[in-house]
Amino acid sequence: MLRKLLIGTALASGLAFAAHAEDVKEVQMLHWWTSGGEAAALNVLKGDLAKEGYAWKDVPVAGGGGDAAMTALKAMVAAGNYPTASQMLGYTVLDYAAAGVMGDLTETAKKEGWDKSVPAALQKFSVYDGKWVAAPVNVHSVNWLWINKAVLDKIGGTEPKTFDDFVALLDKAKAAGVIPLALGGQNWQEATMFDSVVLSTGGPEFYKKAFNDLDDASLKSDTMKKSFDNLAKLVTYVDPNFSGRDWNLATAMVIKGDALVQVMGDWAKGEFNAAKKTPGTDFLCYRFPGTDGSVIYNSDMFGMFNVPDDRKAAQVALATATLSKSFQSAFNVVKGSVPARTDVPDTDFDACGKKGIADLKAANEGGTLFGSLAQGYGAPPAVANAYKDVVSKFVHGQIKTSDEAVTELVKAIDDAK
Amino acid sequence: MSTVATSQIKLTPEHARPRASVRSRLQDALPKIVLAPSFAITIVFVYGFILWTIYLSFTNSKTFPSYVLTGSRAYQRLWGWTFDTDPPSSWYTSITNMGIFGFLYIFICLALGLFLAILLDQKIRGEGVLRPIYLYPMALSFIVTGVAWKWFLDPGLGLEQTLHQWGWTSFHFDWIKNKDFVIYTVVIAGVWQASGFIMAMFLAGLRGIDGEIMKAAQIDGATTFQLYRRIVIPLLRPIFLSAFIVLAHLAIKSYDLVVALTSGGPGGSAWLPSNFMYEYTFKRNEMAVGSASAVIMLMTIVAIIVPYLYSELREKPR
Repeated sequence: MLRKLLIGTALASGLAFAAHAEDVKEVQMLHWWTSGGEAAALNVLKGDLAKEGYAWKDVPVAGGGGDAAMTALKAMVAAGNYPTASQMLGYTVLDYAAAGVMGDLTETAKKEGWDKSVPAALQKFSVYDGKWVAAPVNVHSVNWLWINKAVLDKIGGTEPKTFDDFVALLDKAKAAGVIPLALGGQNWQEATMFDSVVLSTGGPEFYKKAFNDLDDASLKSDTMKKSFDNLAKLVTYVDPNFSGRDWNLATAMVIKGDALVQVMGDWAKGEFNAAKKTPGTDFLCYRFPGTDGSVIYNSDMFGMFNVPDDRKAAQVALATATLSKSFQSAFNVVKGSVPARTDVPDTDFDACGKKGIADLKAANEGGTLFGSLAQGYGAPPAVANAYKDVVSKFVHGQIKTSDEAVTELVKAIDDAK
Repeated sequence: MSTVATSQIKLTPEHARPRASVRSRLQDALPKIVLAPSFAITIVFVYGFILWTIYLSFTNSKTFPSYVLTGSRAYQRLWGWTFDTDPPSSWYTSITNMGIFGFLYIFICLALGLFLAILLDQKIRGEGVLRPIYLYPMALSFIVTGVAWKWFLDPGLGLEQTLHQWGWTSFHFDWIKNKDFVIYTVVIAGVWQASGFIMAMFLAGLRGIDGEIMKAAQIDGATTFQLYRRIVIPLLRPIFLSAFIVLAHLAIKSYDLVVALTSGGPGGSAWLPSNFMYEYTFKRNEMAVGSASAVIMLMTIVAIIVPYLYSELREKPR
């Protein structure tokens, strides 16, 4: 009896071992790209992997959305049950890398030449301690204006080149009885707009010092105070019902012509596309006035976990497919962002996409590509959220003056560091 | 047959003791065996994690739990924020909101629930229809309540817009967009949801009151008001206590209602401590601060529940 049991166990473990040696032909992926356009874009990747014989398995996330996914990821990693890869943002990648749970893709990166083709600013987040730990999927940029062309023509406006031009344009819209500025009063949207305001008010050097290096003197400076004053100026042009509105509803106001302009990242273009609007004829994309030549970015990454050896081949296949030129082009055309490598041809992109690609390339070469603080690419989450708190409290009146806002900003960032 | 026999034997201990069969022992142990898993689960997942959270609040845990004790910095930060009133810190907003929401929610639910119960208790026709109508909101999840009220209270969609379309253009109700009043909209939605349930509790209590006492009071010439003021309400004291406990814990753990109704409110002005805890633990990677705020919430509940349990357990033996 006992002998039989022993033999059985030996056989079973032998079988298990044999199975172990075989590579797992499956990619386990944690992500929150479930909406129509995003899911369609991701299907391109699924197809590419299927051609190489890898099955795709979504890690289910209850409730959807990035926060729920990150909570699920935390639980999985704590339990030692790593997915092949997970959609991740900015400092999250570095946090997990510091915790020692990320894999190493340096070999693949070398073979594929990522070092040269991926902008250096992005590598700050995808390379940890000299090792590639994540594959960037796209580059979003935040300092855009989205304008309804019909409304702009009706009020006789032109592209605003400076902040004062912009205010004059908003005044014109107000006089014509259109809501000048479509804003969703949620803290991340307000802070995203403030990123652009700071870049416009203080210039590229100032933005970098204040929001990437968290330099105390810059945060305290009069320029920062001026930025808050400019933000206050912009907030006078929103409709009274803006508080708590979702960003896509604000975009819809511009699409429908109820509002003239929205300051939002290029994911807003997805909404215009979904409404069958064409750039140049129905809507216009301009850089936020006074920020031409600089790009404030955020980027989606696929963080690659330190999976067991039998799952590494699938991981490499996923990473290679993610950064392949064909996928980068196909995915980003749909998503509204631009490719995470600068050597992808822009033939399939629309006018806004072409401008985005050219701007990214120029900003990368000119050193004016900066992480968005509001989107978590300027500083770790604790700081970024403290910043969003202050901006939001300023917009909604808990913080009353720009003097107070600057003091609070410095205090909050110090506290969170 | 044999079960009857064993249970008969069990009734007389002097017989059962020497002849304790495996079967009867099993029967004795059965309740314990059945309860053991849920007992173990409760011990680990409720009390174990309470201890774990307390432990974490004394570490410097950020994104991931860290087990090195570093003292009470998290509590010191919370304590500092408690007095940050201008501009209000998120923690100050959370605890003052808790005070406003907790007091109004419990008080209005009790008052409204009692009032509705007394009205329904007047032997009116159609009670069977009315009662479920009031009770029904309790069957909804907080998310549904939150979203429905969000649309109803939104000045651009709901009540205000509708009344404007009907011609009352001066009507103005934008509390849900107003940082100073948004917490009261949470009270409105919360009260709408829970007061029917409290009504049902009071109604059960009213039905349990001995009719003889009421008749005696009426014969003695008590007015209806006196009847309720002096006799009915004092007799409902245990119901008040139970309703208070139910409402207090609902108030303290409210989280989803705030998220669904206000998504945090303008500038975070609708936060409750539970929102604060989630934000800091999971979004800002300040797990130690989040844990400390959770411990403070627990202490608040303990401060309410323990006196209640104490008084209940003390009265039992008499």
